[in-house]
Amino acid sequence: MTDVINELAGIAPGSALDKARDNRPEARKHAQASYDALFTPKDVGTFSLQERFAVAAFVAALHGKEETRDFYKEQLVVAGTSPELQVTVASEAFEARAHGPYGHYPRGPLSLENSDGLVYAVGATARHVLGQRLATALEHTHMLVFHPRDAAPPSLQAMLDAGWSTTDIVTLSQLVSFLAFQIRMVAGLKALNARAT
Amino acid sequence: MTEKTLTPPAHKEPVVFTRDQLDWLPWLEPAAEETLTPRQKESLVDAARSKSPYFRLLARDPDILEARTRTDKDIFYNPQAGLPRAERELAAAATSRLNGCIYCASVHARHAAVYSKRESDVQKLLDQGVSADLDARWNAIVAASVALTAIPIDFGPDDIDRLRKVGLDDLAIIDVINAASFFNWANRLMLSLGEPATTAG
Repeated sequence: MTDVINELAGIAPGSALDKARDNRPEARKHAQASYDALFTPKDVGTFSLQERFAVAAFVAALHGKEETRDFYKEQLVVAGTSPELQVTVASEAFEARAHGPYGHYPRGPLSLENSDGLVYAVGATARHVLGQRLATALEHTHMLVFHPRDAAPPSLQAMLDAGWSTTDIVTLSQLVSFLAFQIRMVAGLKALNARAT
Repeated sequence: MTEKTLTPPAHKEPVVFTRDQLDWLPWLEPAAEETLTPRQKESLVDAARSKSPYFRLLARDPDILEARTRTDKDIFYNPQAGLPRAERELAAAATSRLNGCIYCASVHARHAAVYSKRESDVQKLLDQGVSADLDARWNAIVAASVALTAIPIDFGPDDIDRLRKVGLDDLAIIDVINAASFFNWANRLMLSLGEPATTAG
């Protein structure tokens, strides 16, 4: 059975680490089921696979981990997107890289911990290639990846205004947040694999 | 017709990290309890979650909600070997503290305190942040959670060595990786789909 996390972390089937992951069999199985629900859904609804992989390729590139970045870059090609879109997603991710998590707290004692960072906005040329709907999604996604504590209703309203339904936004939020999990699982297990005893 | 975000009712927002019970108010319209389909109810896993606006909002996409929930439950509740429950909760609380999710941190700091009986150390993590000095083992678990949560991700073989040095075996290390990674998922949903509120009183 396909296990994307194991594949990307380079864990050989039958190895000690492969078996160790089975100590949490439901977590392992449903991490893969999560991937399947987001990227091979029974019904895509109004959030197309091309859009899903465009967001995923952007998220993976922002994290800068080569194994997951290359995997989603390839999936974006397989999804049948235009070379122009593929290049734009990659170049926007490069322009938008940052160091996180940063962001602001409600006014009070935690204000001392506020830290500023890039608030990403898609430029005019890229917006022309991406279209308003996907450009808005990448802006929302960048906030979710690097500074989620800055989240506020105006960003969601911008998504609604750009043609995303409430249900689409739930799925997109799950997709970006799941990738934040999956990319870290791969990085963590890869480090453990490098120190296999 | 374009949908609109919700404006939560008047409430008091928490301005510090706390172990108090908090409410959570959605910014997008959850599925109504009485209109949940059988598939949506099933995706909640626990029937009682039909009372929660957070889970009813996520139930708009039941397949990913159910997979998310079953991943979560196994990482934190499976009693088989690995890291003690208290320290899985510590990794969740540390991740939430760094990402700035006051709601998630409140829930998992409460669990960490209950299961470890180390209320003052857990409170120190909330008050001082992820650089708080707890003890060698807890510092290593918090540091690993921080390295995994940072973006670019800062976690590498040296973190594995440090966790082994304080007594974690591979099953326990996988639990740290699972718990910290999972909270990078959970924090982003909680932070971006609604806001915490102090409970009345």
